[in-house]
Amino acid sequence: MKNREKRSRILLTGLALFITLLHLVPFYILITTALKATGDFSSKWAFPTKMEFANFSQAWEQAQLGTAFVNTTLITAGAAMLLIFFGAMAAYPLARMQTKLNKVVYFIFIAIMIIPPLTALVPLYKMVVDIGLMNTRTVAVLNNLAAFLPLTIFLYAGFIRSTIPKELEEAAKIDGASTLVTFFRVVFPLLKPVTATVLIISCVFIWNDYQFSIFFLQDKSVQTLTVALAGFFGQNQNNLNLVASAALMSMAPMTILFLFLQKYFVAGLSSGSVKG
Amino acid sequence: MSELAKETHRSVADKEVRSVKNKRTKSLWWMYLPALIVVSIFIIYPFLNGIRVSFTDWNGFSQTKNWVGFQQYSRMFSDPDTWLVVKNTLIYGIGSTIFQNILGLLYALLLNQSIKMKALTRTIIYLPVIISPLVMGYIWYFFFSFQGGALNDLLVFFGMDKINALGNPDLNTWLIVFVNTYQFVGIAMIIYLAGLQGISKDFYEAADIDGASAFQQFKNITLPLLMPAITINMVLNIIGGLKLFDVIIALTGGGPGNASQSMSTFMYDLYFSRQDAGYAATQGVLMAFIILILSLLALVYFKRKEVDA
Repeated sequence: MKNREKRSRILLTGLALFITLLHLVPFYILITTALKATGDFSSKWAFPTKMEFANFSQAWEQAQLGTAFVNTTLITAGAAMLLIFFGAMAAYPLARMQTKLNKVVYFIFIAIMIIPPLTALVPLYKMVVDIGLMNTRTVAVLNNLAAFLPLTIFLYAGFIRSTIPKELEEAAKIDGASTLVTFFRVVFPLLKPVTATVLIISCVFIWNDYQFSIFFLQDKSVQTLTVALAGFFGQNQNNLNLVASAALMSMAPMTILFLFLQKYFVAGLSSGSVKG
Repeated sequence: MSELAKETHRSVADKEVRSVKNKRTKSLWWMYLPALIVVSIFIIYPFLNGIRVSFTDWNGFSQTKNWVGFQQYSRMFSDPDTWLVVKNTLIYGIGSTIFQNILGLLYALLLNQSIKMKALTRTIIYLPVIISPLVMGYIWYFFFSFQGGALNDLLVFFGMDKINALGNPDLNTWLIVFVNTYQFVGIAMIIYLAGLQGISKDFYEAADIDGASAFQQFKNITLPLLMPAITINMVLNIIGGLKLFDVIIALTGGGPGNASQSMSTFMYDLYFSRQDAGYAATQGVLMAFIILILSLLALVYFKRKEVDA
């Protein structure tokens, strides 16, 4: 019996190892492609004989990744901060004050989650052009804010309802604190776990966004990483090594963060999706 | 304080609170006003406006648009491209859902066993979730591309002919499903793992005593108790798959022709490349309708199968 268990454990461990290796294949291909010189026609499976680190600096320059990094960071940080601020503030009355109006508003927020952003894109594009926000980081921030507010409100409202004791707010109110003070001094600090979840979900998706960016950020000076990469791919169909280097650099920050904070990433992304 | 005293104290406090609250009980609508404004301007208004535009012949750029009634709708339903694109979208939605769930469940079952290097396997399977779907598309482009792609290197190594996998209309939709599955199977796996860890060991011990086989245990204990996780995964994956955009752009650009176009990429094409905004909006209405119906169907169907533990 013992022996059989041991053998099945070894077998299953081997299977897990095999699956892990299979899942690593695309990364292996990406890295070796990124390291090979243009004109190196060896098999993609072969490790590069001479590593061409110059690919990285060349791709960085040509794809203008520096600008793209700054833009992506600004847009992601801006949208995430506003999401937390407006999202938490909106969720509070929606979770606590069950008036008819609030129920309707909450339903509207939840219903919006089903609308695919793309279906609103045709008129949205026209509107953005009309109000002069085309090719601004502001429009990217606002679009991403709008896209993730419903989920954010949903997560915050659920958390406030299920875990924040009403007594605390009531005590603060008896002491004469206004609603706003009560919210920011008493309630908001208690929301840290959801705030972390919202932060992770929004940062991952906004950092990776392509749909909004390709529509609204066509100018080189405001382009994000995905837009820069797509443009670079278009120009370098015959020089995929450079594209691979650029792709590798564009995904590096999130990947490094993920490897260090994976516990939070996994919990954040799955709790968001479980509830979303 | 005695229990009774506590009770009285609390009810007095409650009354006080209620009177304070009554003075101030409003809906506190100003707190959600900023969020509501942002969402109204950037989602609700454009969405409703999109429905209006779907009844016009607007080209997307000029100031004039003519009301054409249901003309775009009749055009849509007689356009063979519509059916091709809807078919592709359903392949992406339903195909991804099936593969992600089967594979995600198998991975979760494996990683729920006591084996070594569980954490490493989990990390590697989950890693693609955080990568941009566009970048993921490029990564797999290096794998599938006709010239110097890793797949063809492998085929040549084994003495077989090269294939143009991404240019093959019968194959490329499924390759896109494959890439989407590879990228997001990690989320399905994690949700199933959480579900599995929530099932009490007592059920299995009882079943062991009754002499139930491993398969019987899976069918009669694991699967029914995993139903909430299955519901979530089904709905999530179907919505994700039906909305697919970035991966398609990166892998095939929707081609060859319209062979791998999804509703999202088709709309994009109609608006930007063909300046056919009215028609793009009409396709958008159809897309919203299909996503709404399918996600609600999945939700209702799987919710009904859930049991109480």
